[in-house]
Amino acid sequence: MSTTNLQLDRQGRLLHFLTVEGLSRRHLTEILDTAESLRGVAERRVKKLPTLHGKTVVNLFFEASTRTRTTFELAAKRLSADVLNLNIATSATTKGESLLDTLRNIEAMQCDMFVVRHAQSGAAEFMARHVKPHIAVLNAGDGCHAHPTQGMLDAFTIRRHKPDFPSLQVAIVGDILHSRVARSLIHALNILGAGEVRVIAPRTLLPAWVESLGVRVFHSPHAGLREVDVVVMLRLQRERMEGALLPTEQEFFQQYGLTEERLALARPDAIVMHPGPINRGVEIDSRVADGPRSVILEQVTNGIAVRMAIMSITLGNHARPVEEDA
Amino acid sequence: MRDAEFLIEVMAGQLQALLVRRGIVEPALVGIHTGGVWVAERLHQQLGIATPLGRLDISFYRDDFSRIGVNPQVRPSELPFDVDDRHVVLIDDVLYTGRTVRAALNELFDYGRPASVLLAVLADRGGRELPVEANVVGTRLKLPPGQQIQLVGPDPLHLLIQAP
Repeated sequence: MSTTNLQLDRQGRLLHFLTVEGLSRRHLTEILDTAESLRGVAERRVKKLPTLHGKTVVNLFFEASTRTRTTFELAAKRLSADVLNLNIATSATTKGESLLDTLRNIEAMQCDMFVVRHAQSGAAEFMARHVKPHIAVLNAGDGCHAHPTQGMLDAFTIRRHKPDFPSLQVAIVGDILHSRVARSLIHALNILGAGEVRVIAPRTLLPAWVESLGVRVFHSPHAGLREVDVVVMLRLQRERMEGALLPTEQEFFQQYGLTEERLALARPDAIVMHPGPINRGVEIDSRVADGPRSVILEQVTNGIAVRMAIMSITLGNHARPVEEDA
Repeated sequence: MRDAEFLIEVMAGQLQALLVRRGIVEPALVGIHTGGVWVAERLHQQLGIATPLGRLDISFYRDDFSRIGVNPQVRPSELPFDVDDRHVVLIDDVLYTGRTVRAALNELFDYGRPASVLLAVLADRGGRELPVEANVVGTRLKLPPGQQIQLVGPDPLHLLIQAP
């Protein structure tokens, strides 16, 4: 069974959210539309909905993360779920407990959802394959494979500013090779029918099969940034770099870093995005990151609504089917 | 099929009289998606209410999430006024079990503490499962449990009653 099939039930509804790849436009649109309805909750007196009241969500983080874990936690709490944060990197696995043992132990605590981040590609899928049927698994980033909720919050942010997807041109710049964010966003944009997705990177930071993702490849920002509506800068994944893929950070900034001069190549109303955390002066200049066209902090806010949407949809689909819909 | 536009005029008359009796001068109207919003839009116009119309989608407040999940057609709720100390008129198309009204009240109170809440419905079909009654009713119908009634719209509005 493929990952795509694993995350859907027999009626094609989302049970888990492991990867964007292979999902239909209907799935993605449902997530984006639901997130749109959830966005206003943060502006109300009571920033909480009763939808997941009585459910327990476990954040299983085998890899350090602040923003992603925090926004998942806030998303679950705003849906009235109880949240358990387990930072496994410093816990049981260092004592030799296997992934499956960890899973069984937490399952025994009567949980309803696992949010999994792991340095190993396929970890969330492994969990989804082995959990009890009532549990939903969300991938919060697995190795270099996928970070589907980030891809969806990026697509959501783009849609709010640039709703006309057929004419949309998006450039993704930087370390494509190690970026699960790039992979998930490229799939999401292609499924949603974006006009053109470009990647701009040195050859050493591009996977060999990059063109099979359905993107136009550029090696220089001068050509690649021309007339785009959206510039997505990726973080230089210093901790994932093996060997000398790059000369130096300064040199990377010189050749690829987003400065105001380079941004001027894009459309005048282009927006600038970054999944964070940003390396100022490495992939992006502070004047751009903090400038009027940056929607970087809006991405963080939108991430909560998108994660709320995915949580309520997947847990809702675990509900028993009813014969009659009154 | 019943002409809903006529029933809305009936509601407007009743609601106007009720607001006068209660001494409410500037109420806030809130329609419940989808049919309730259509009815509320017409009442808002007919009564010449200055406060912008509110719209609630109670999908995230339903009591049957664990049975049917999230409504894929959910829309944003918008209450473009301060709920605190407002006299709110909640408006829906059909009053049946009372569960939608329960959910709408819960959602409304997450925006603030209204001075009072009135309930106006186009059709009351009986069959209550919760202690909920409407203050303004366009028409009262006695329908057997299996029978479907639906407001079709938005233009024109018709109450469609389907055989069980």
